[in-house]
Amino acid sequence: MTYTVWIILTAALVGLSCGVIGVFLILRKTAMMADAISHTVLLGIVIAFIITREVSGTAMLIGGILAGVFTAFLVQWLHSLSVQHDASMGIVFTTLFAVGVILIATSAGNAHLDVKHALMGEITFIPFHTITLPFIGSIPAATALLLAVLAVVLFFIIAFYKEWKITSFDPALAASLGIPVILMHYLFMGLVSVTTVASFDAVGAIMVVAMLITPAASAYLWTDRLSLMLLLSGAFGVISAVSGYYIAAWIDTSISGSMAFATGLVFMISFIFSPKHGLIAKRVRPIETM
Amino acid sequence: MLSILLNSNTGWVLLSTMILGIAAGTIGCMAYWKRQNLMSDALSHAALPGVVIAFLIIGEKNLLLLIVGAAISALIGAFLIQWITTASRISEDSAMGMVLAIFYGFGIMLLTVANRSAGGNQSGLDGFIYGQAAAMVRTDVITMLLLALLVVFIVFLGFKEWKLYLFDQQFAKGIGLSIKGMNTLYTALLVTTIVVGIQAVGVILMAAMLIIPAVSARYWTQSFKVMILLSATFGGLAGAAGTLISALGSGLPTGPFIVVVGAGFFVISLVFGKEKGILINYLQFKLHQRTEQTNAQTLKQEGWEK
Repeated sequence: MTYTVWIILTAALVGLSCGVIGVFLILRKTAMMADAISHTVLLGIVIAFIITREVSGTAMLIGGILAGVFTAFLVQWLHSLSVQHDASMGIVFTTLFAVGVILIATSAGNAHLDVKHALMGEITFIPFHTITLPFIGSIPAATALLLAVLAVVLFFIIAFYKEWKITSFDPALAASLGIPVILMHYLFMGLVSVTTVASFDAVGAIMVVAMLITPAASAYLWTDRLSLMLLLSGAFGVISAVSGYYIAAWIDTSISGSMAFATGLVFMISFIFSPKHGLIAKRVRPIETM
Repeated sequence: MLSILLNSNTGWVLLSTMILGIAAGTIGCMAYWKRQNLMSDALSHAALPGVVIAFLIIGEKNLLLLIVGAAISALIGAFLIQWITTASRISEDSAMGMVLAIFYGFGIMLLTVANRSAGGNQSGLDGFIYGQAAAMVRTDVITMLLLALLVVFIVFLGFKEWKLYLFDQQFAKGIGLSIKGMNTLYTALLVTTIVVGIQAVGVILMAAMLIIPAVSARYWTQSFKVMILLSATFGGLAGAAGTLISALGSGLPTGPFIVVVGAGFFVISLVFGKEKGILINYLQFKLHQRTEQTNAQTLKQEGWEK
């Protein structure tokens, strides 16, 4: 396969897994947690690098997941000490990010890691780091990682579909039904972290946020059904990723930047034209929407 | 230590990060009470395309014009967040996350274009995004100083009105204070502080400067006035101390050290703070437990319980 195909495939995988996970971020009203985790996984990646001294996928994945769950834990803990929820998020993620940047500057500098790379990602280099898998053959490492992560994400969502649904819409009911709400929360944060770390190399921290939140928010404007919202959000993610790539190729600019921009275009179209909650629909039949 | 201060540029940078900390600490208290802590994070990212567009138009790195561009872009972001939240079922934090990421992505697109067309000039622009306090020159510092002082001055001047606006909007309306006007002024001050700070600590860490001092100050007092004064002090001290630490070695980033010092203040406040600090809470709990115990014992001794 050509480089372009690999890049588009990788981007589409990012769009798909982020889009699916993002639905629950929107429904649980914790969208900004995506922003927090996407910054703190940097710390996990840096620490994993300092310990193993190599840029390996597995170590970074573990470091990133631990950092993400640790962030969720700290935010929850501060909140339980009566700090406003968004303030505790702001304190935790900026501080951990600052520590990460200091560690990069003092002990991991000059290696493969730098802040700019982590924040923006470089999807153009993806096809150069390949691994060989049985049956499939040579495949870019990042693509393989994303495929595995997508499988994990889909597994957990399908296996506990009913539980996710209840905990997201009515946590009190879920608790009374005996669903371990706290455990589900941390499992979910773990899934967000895995997706974030896997997408990191390709699209960078900020673009993960765009991919996690915007397709899901767009899908939320089209439907009231969870299953349909998951499908739409995943599709919007893929559409944004692919069209983002072509926008970037067209005006020769940052691929991850254009992908984030493309999610914005999809949202704008949904915001205006969605038959259920769009601006036009509201204007045409204002009484029905009341 | 003295030689660092005498090095004239470090002295100027120190002054500017300190004033920035004071301004951010002050405005941060308002954001705290408006429950808009993460708004600063969204708006500082939303400022990026404005910076790059201003740079593309004027073709050089003039701090004041870049700040104007950043401010316009951040205000558009603030307006969009407001609009999306009121016009659709999307919640405020989702709207913030979207605006943050999409504006930033758009900014990165433009930045890549600018880098290609403008050649050598782009390094300064990079510093603007990631924050490079140490690289600021004297004219930058003076611009920052004036704007930050203006912010502090406006808060100081209308202190009574701010208090009414934050805590009793009904009463404020009653005495003829325009809530809409105050809202606009508040957003303008927030955006000014953010765009002034980006140069020193970078897009991402600017949120920390606004959130951490305010939350730390909350642990020490119930009075809004004292909270603002304390928050400004924490911010100023963090700015100064962070700059000094990063001046000790070469290649140490200023912004992150400022944030880490600020986080240190937060941890101290969290543990020792006189309002709801962990230690005070624990002692009160223990005291309560003891009185309960003695009460129970007295009851027992007097034969009320078997």
